[in-house]
Parts: sequence; structure tokens; C-alpha cells
Amino acid sequence: MIRLSAITRVFRMGDQEIRALNGVDLDIASGEYVSIMGPSGSGKSTLLNVIGLLDRPDNGRYELDGHDVTGLSETEQAQVRREKIGFVFQSFHLVPRLTAAENIELPLILEGIDPAERKSRVDAVLDDFELRARANHRPSELSGGQRQRVAIARATILKPTALLADEPTGNLDHRTGAEVVALLEALHHTGTTLIVVTHDRELGARAHRHIAMRDGEIVEDDGQ
Amino acid sequence: MNLRDTLTLSFTTVVSYRMRSALIVLAMALGVAAVVVLTALGDGARMYVVGQFSSLGTNLVIVLPGRAETSGGFPGAALGQTPRDLTLEDARFVAQLPQVRRLAPLNVGVAELNSAGRLREVTVLGSTSDLLPIRHMKLAQGSFLARGSERSAQIVLGSALAQEFFPDGNAVGQRIRLGDSRFMVSGVLATQGESMGFNTDEIAIIPIDYAQELFNTSSLFRILVEARSRAAIEPAKAAIQHVLKLRHDGEEDVTVITQDAVLATFDRILRALTLGVAGIAAISLAVAGILVMNVMLVAVAQRTSEIGLLKAIGAPSADIRRLLFAEAVWLSLAGGAIGFALGHLGSFLIRVAYPQLPAWPPLWASAAGVATALITGILASLLPASRAARLDPVIALSGK
Repeated sequence: MIRLSAITRVFRMGDQEIRALNGVDLDIASGEYVSIMGPSGSGKSTLLNVIGLLDRPDNGRYELDGHDVTGLSETEQAQVRREKIGFVFQSFHLVPRLTAAENIELPLILEGIDPAERKSRVDAVLDDFELRARANHRPSELSGGQRQRVAIARATILKPTALLADEPTGNLDHRTGAEVVALLEALHHTGTTLIVVTHDRELGARAHRHIAMRDGEIVEDDGQ
Repeated sequence: MNLRDTLTLSFTTVVSYRMRSALIVLAMALGVAAVVVLTALGDGARMYVVGQFSSLGTNLVIVLPGRAETSGGFPGAALGQTPRDLTLEDARFVAQLPQVRRLAPLNVGVAELNSAGRLREVTVLGSTSDLLPIRHMKLAQGSFLARGSERSAQIVLGSALAQEFFPDGNAVGQRIRLGDSRFMVSGVLATQGESMGFNTDEIAIIPIDYAQELFNTSSLFRILVEARSRAAIEPAKAAIQHVLKLRHDGEEDVTVITQDAVLATFDRILRALTLGVAGIAAISLAVAGILVMNVMLVAVAQRTSEIGLLKAIGAPSADIRRLLFAEAVWLSLAGGAIGFALGHLGSFLIRVAYPQLPAWPPLWASAAGVATALITGILASLLPASRAARLDPVIALSGK
């Protein structure tokens, strides 16, 4: 369902050209559990951003669910992001002035779903993620693990086909990190494609397919 | 995202940044209030002047001796002539004109009023029975100078004078000495206060013939003419000028002014003044608009990662632009509404402090103030909103 062909992404810093992605070819099937590892600057986050349509490649072709999404307009890409992709970040990125429930509700608001249905869906998700007691707390009143649970709940409330996690345990201690990983894997078991970018060898090893990157190229892929 | 959610979400944002929003709203409100209060003052001053003129009488044409000319001067002056007197006989001719409803010749002077041991100098008006309706005066007691009573020694006292000389309130029918003659008090004027520099409470009015005798003059100070209608004012002016020119051997040695012309001039000047102060106040609104823009730009900078996140979870640029735009609308609406209220409160306080000044803010000024607040707020939000919408989500999320 994800098919990247000859994707190139070049950043310019002054007169220096940095090839963050240098002709990457990658196929990821629906329902896979993939980890992307590599040193800093290897291009793994850029790859994740391109897959999540946050970043546009300079060259190459990207097909998602059989449709070419490289040439979509900004608005169309936003819609694809909303419906098919969920992001989980290292630093959670919750809106500080909204409560946990309101943060989870955001994608439903963007989608234009009416308030009554929004409420019931948020309620259901709050139960699923054991956040019921924390529903009306702001992010600053939540622990790191709870914040990441809110972020994952938000990323998955519209039932995306792919969940993209960038260092999801980077800001968490070992135990809460393990809880978050368990949660992500549970979502994977329900059929969601899970792509995790990480430095953490232990986390990377848990995936079913392991991709290693260096200097903007895929140097290892045990799924091929 | 639909409109209702956009409005709700932006509203919660505005409310959650309490201090920042309060400051913007305050700046906006002060700007709007300034527009409302200053135009209220300007328009109040205009209404005050117009009111003062109207209290002089309606459809008034005033004839005064001498030629008021800014160029050339009075032609007779070079030959050592003084302008001809304006006489009672002149007034009688003017009264015959078809455009004239009625007129009151006027002499003014100062004389000693004396009764029961009390003595004081008072301003004395000599006139006829028509002065009362022409000048819109009202009587508190008794009657005014009777028609055709030029030769009967009657006097009408201002209310303050009546109170002073006859504290028991029974002025009518009493005798009082003015200068060397004795007069009988026929009436007392109602309290009216100051009007164009004349305090009608402190004057005494006697028949014109007595006044001319008292002041030893045959020349009138003024003739107050009331035209038949508003449309008759200009024809009346021309006819008066014509008839007096004929009577004065072809010399144009009287000045005829219409209250309308003076009034219109004052009206124009004060309207321009009101517009001027409104413009100055509007500048403060524009400054408030720039403040809104600055604060919104800071807000965009502060909320970069939040905007990046909204994009990551699928908000199109248009939604983000609309959200920030809606924030500006909320802030300007609040500023406009509070400013409107503050301005009207301010005008009310001015009216309480200075009851003579009808400081009512004109409707157009209130509307223009609020509209300017809205427009400047909205214009000021366009740049920050489009900057936010253009943010690269990758950079925004990385927090660099």
C-alpha cells in the first residue's frame, strides 16, 4: 500500500546540499510492522515525513493505496493525512490549553463530524486507552505516559491505515515506554500498519521488518 | 472544519490567552471609545450652538445700522459721513413688506432700577409686544408689553430681577422707578438663563419709545424681523435691503444678516471639527490594529509547533488561516463592543457633568468606530494568518 520509487529529498544549507533521501525505493504492505533505524542525519525522519505527506520529495513517485499522492494539492494532501495517516511524536505535541478529551477530539473537528457523534467517539476512545479519569485534565497535569497515550488516541481516532511513530518512547522512562510500545503493537494487531523510527535497538528489534538507513539511503532491509 | 467549530475553537484560544487578549481588547476598546466620545463632544458642541441660535428665534432676519464690509469700507466714511440711523420709521416700512410676519425694533442700554430702597444697574431692552414671540421668550407671571402700548409706562422684569426687588413674589402691578420715570410691572419673564451672551433673567424690558427717551437716541440698535417662512428668509432679506436703501437715499448703509447663514456657517465649522477629532481618534484605532497584528504575529511564532501539529493531523492551510482570522474577529468584536459601551458611558458622564452640552454620540460615529475596529482587526490578522498557513509542518514540529 505504500510504494516509494526513487524518492529524493535535498535540503540546502547555505551553499551546501544535503541529500536527506537519495533515491529511496521502498514498498510497505498493509498491516506490516516496520522499524527504521540509523544514525542521526541518516534521513530516517525525513523518510517518515515523506511517507506521512508532511514533506514533499524533490524527485520520485509515491503511491499510497494505489493512488499517486506526489502531485496532490496541499488541501488534498491534508485530507489524505487526516484520513489515512496517524502521527505519534517523541514530544507528544499536545495542544497545551486543551484538555485530554479535547486534544483527542481535534481530528474529528477537522473532519467536520457533528458534536454528538464526536462526543460518543471520544468517550469510547477514552475508555479504550484508560484515560477516562484524566479526560478533563490539561497536558501539563498528565504524566509522560498519559500524554503519549492521549497522542496515540488522537492519532488513531479516525482509524488511519498507517501509524507513523517518530521516537515514540524517546521522552519516556523504560517502564512507561514499554507500556506505550505495547499499546502501539496492540493497534498493529488490529490491522494498522505501524512504522516506527527509533534509535532504541530494543524497540527496533521488536518490529517484524527492520530497515537501516545511512546517508539518505536504505542500507539494510530484511523484508525484501 | 465547519464554521461553528472554527468559531468555538478560536474562541477558546482567545479566552485561554487571557492577558494577551485582554490587552488587545483594551487597546481596541479605547480606540472605539475615543471615537465615540470625541464625536459626541464635537456633535454636542454643534447642537449646543445650533440650539443657542434657535433660541433666538426662528426664521430670524436681523437688521443693524452700518455697513459691515470687509473690502473697501463704508463709502461715506471718506466724506466724513457716519452711517444713517436706523429709525422706528424704517421699522414701520419694513413691517409693511409681505415677506415679513412681524418685527420687533430693539434698543439696548443700561439704567438704574430703584424700588423700596433697593438700587441696581440693569440692562434695559426697549421693544414692542412682538419681541416675546420672535425671541421665543416665556412669561412666568402677568402679561408682556401690550400691543399698541408704546406710550404706557409698563415694564417686564427678568425672573432674577423680580425675585430681587419683590422677594414676596408679587411683582405684577407694583410700581418701580427706572432712571427718572416710574413704571408699572406688567409681567415677569420665565427663567431662561443665558442665551447668546444675554442673561434674560437679569434684564428689564420697556416700550421702545420710553427706551429711546431714556437713552436719548432716535437710532435703533437692531430690528429683529421674523420672516413668514423659511423660504421667505432670503426674499425678506432682499426686500428689507431694497426698502431701506430707498429710504436712505440710495445708500446701502444697513447690514441685514440672517440667522440661517450664521447658523449654517457654525454648523459647517463644527461638523468639520467633529470629523477632525473623529479622524484623530480613528488613528488610535489604526494603532490598535497594528498592535493586534503584532500580537498575532507573536502568537503565530509562539504556537508554531501547535500549528505544525494541526497540519500533521490533517488540517489544510485554509483551516489554519480561518482559525487565526476568527481569533482576530473575536478580539475586534469584543474590543468594538466594549469600546461602544465605554464610549456611551463616557458621553453619558459628560452629559451629567455638563447638562447644557447635548453630548450624544452620533449614530454614524458609533457605527464607524465599531466598523473600523472590526476592519483594522481583520486586516491586521491577514498577514499573521497567512504566515501561519504557510508554515512548513516539518520545521514547525521540530520546533526550530
